[in-house]
Amino acid sequence: MKPSDIAHTAALEIDHVSHRYGARLALNDVSFTVRQSSFTVLLGLNGAGKSTLFSLITRLYAIRSGQIRIFGHDVANEPGAALSKLGVVFQSRALDTDISVRQNLMYHAALHGIANRRANELIAEVLDRVAMTDRSLDRVGNLSIGQMRRIEIARALLHRPRLLVLDEPTVGLDIKARADILDHVRRLSTVEGIGVLWATHLIDEAGAGDNVVVLHKGRVLARGGLGEVVGQSGGADLRDAFNRLTGAADQDELESAR
Amino acid sequence: MTVAGEAIARHSFSLTQYFICLKGIVWREALRFIHQRERFVSALVRPLVWLFIFAAGFRQVLGVSIIPPYETYILYEVYIAPGLIAMIQLFNGMQSSLTMVYDRETGGMRTLLVSPFPRWWLLLSKLLAGTLVSILQAYAFLLIAWFWDIEAPPLGYLTLLPALLLSGLMLGALGMLISSLIKQLENFAGVMNFVIFPMFFASSALYPLWRVKESSLLLYYVCELNPFTHATELIRFALYEQVSWVSLSVVFCCTLAFLFGAIVAYDPARGFLARRNTPGG
Repeated sequence: MKPSDIAHTAALEIDHVSHRYGARLALNDVSFTVRQSSFTVLLGLNGAGKSTLFSLITRLYAIRSGQIRIFGHDVANEPGAALSKLGVVFQSRALDTDISVRQNLMYHAALHGIANRRANELIAEVLDRVAMTDRSLDRVGNLSIGQMRRIEIARALLHRPRLLVLDEPTVGLDIKARADILDHVRRLSTVEGIGVLWATHLIDEAGAGDNVVVLHKGRVLARGGLGEVVGQSGGADLRDAFNRLTGAADQDELESAR
Repeated sequence: MTVAGEAIARHSFSLTQYFICLKGIVWREALRFIHQRERFVSALVRPLVWLFIFAAGFRQVLGVSIIPPYETYILYEVYIAPGLIAMIQLFNGMQSSLTMVYDRETGGMRTLLVSPFPRWWLLLSKLLAGTLVSILQAYAFLLIAWFWDIEAPPLGYLTLLPALLLSGLMLGALGMLISSLIKQLENFAGVMNFVIFPMFFASSALYPLWRVKESSLLLYYVCELNPFTHATELIRFALYEQVSWVSLSVVFCCTLAFLFGAIVAYDPARGFLARRNTPGG
């Protein structure tokens, strides 16, 4: 791929991806795209398949059906190129609580092959960005959950990825910390042009300008701008639209089972 | 866009970057080790219990005749010291691999595997990091043993180093392989019963093999085939500035085989993650 192409390439393309756990189909022909500079909310209840999709995007599991591309690089065939453009905030706690904020970030820099001097610059930059510069020498275990989340976001951004994926990043946060983080990540997409995929089960985390993908029991029920998704479903707002869509899907399932 | 340009340029790594990655993984393991003092203490207490209590009690029962690499009659404590060093490495290998499995769904493992470096390099680095920690433990043990009058020739402490590196890699790779293949062994008690104890007891760690041969020929062959015997012998000879070529070859080949197995097992397409993944997390 030529550098000039990159501006036209989608940050993340999920292309007809299916995944099974034994007999259970966890993802069923899932397709959607996260454009650059866009904020896409992947909305689904627990068990909808969000975490499975994250495991496939991050190459923890092999993609057996379909394709996932990050800036045009197939995750299965060119994992190095794909993963170097990806920043991830996992749902489970992924920081070492025994060591300091700085040491955690240095470790991450090493995992991306970034030498010390450059790592120091980048760490200063990302800590400043999440307003945590003064905590850099603190043990991670001494931080609040909201602060840890900020550090995890800082870490995900350290190697300057162009795509950021976050799996339920606001779990366990109070209302203010939640709003802060949501606001911060939104700004990353609008100001810095990073493509963001934000997976959540909290409907009110989707905002007016966002793209929305509704995932339910492994299937994409709707995707598009928030307005479009609401309009197509005939609902009054996103919550209503979500209930209608998932309700109709469950109804279909019941009927086909009969 | 310069940032995007930088991202494109970075997906093939230089040798220096591979080294940075390795250094980072080793450094983190060392930091964790320093911060988890209980782990260090328990890793040290285990062999010391064997040395101070078991060996002291058994020294009257078991006589050890002069066998290579020893040139004089030795106390039983002196005989079992190399086996206890190998035991330190065995525990360390199993423990760090099991942590990997527990970490599989949680952040630690994911953080590692989402790195854009090839997975074999990440696993090898992780293995090397665990081995270096086990080497620190082994030398700490030898230091205490030295005060207990278990003294090797001064140069032996140096010639021991490459032996420890190789045996540590072998046992670490074995742990990685086992943890990925056998689901039932996911708790440490299972590993103790089915891996650590059989490997440790059916080896030359506690008694010279000629004694085993006297009581059971079958057991003798089992011991001979046990890679742990060869790790122990490699360490024993190295501590006395000698090389056991048979053990060296066995340990070397086993290291390669286990390592290869572990890398395949952690391959997302072929390994256990693909076969066994559960919808957790």
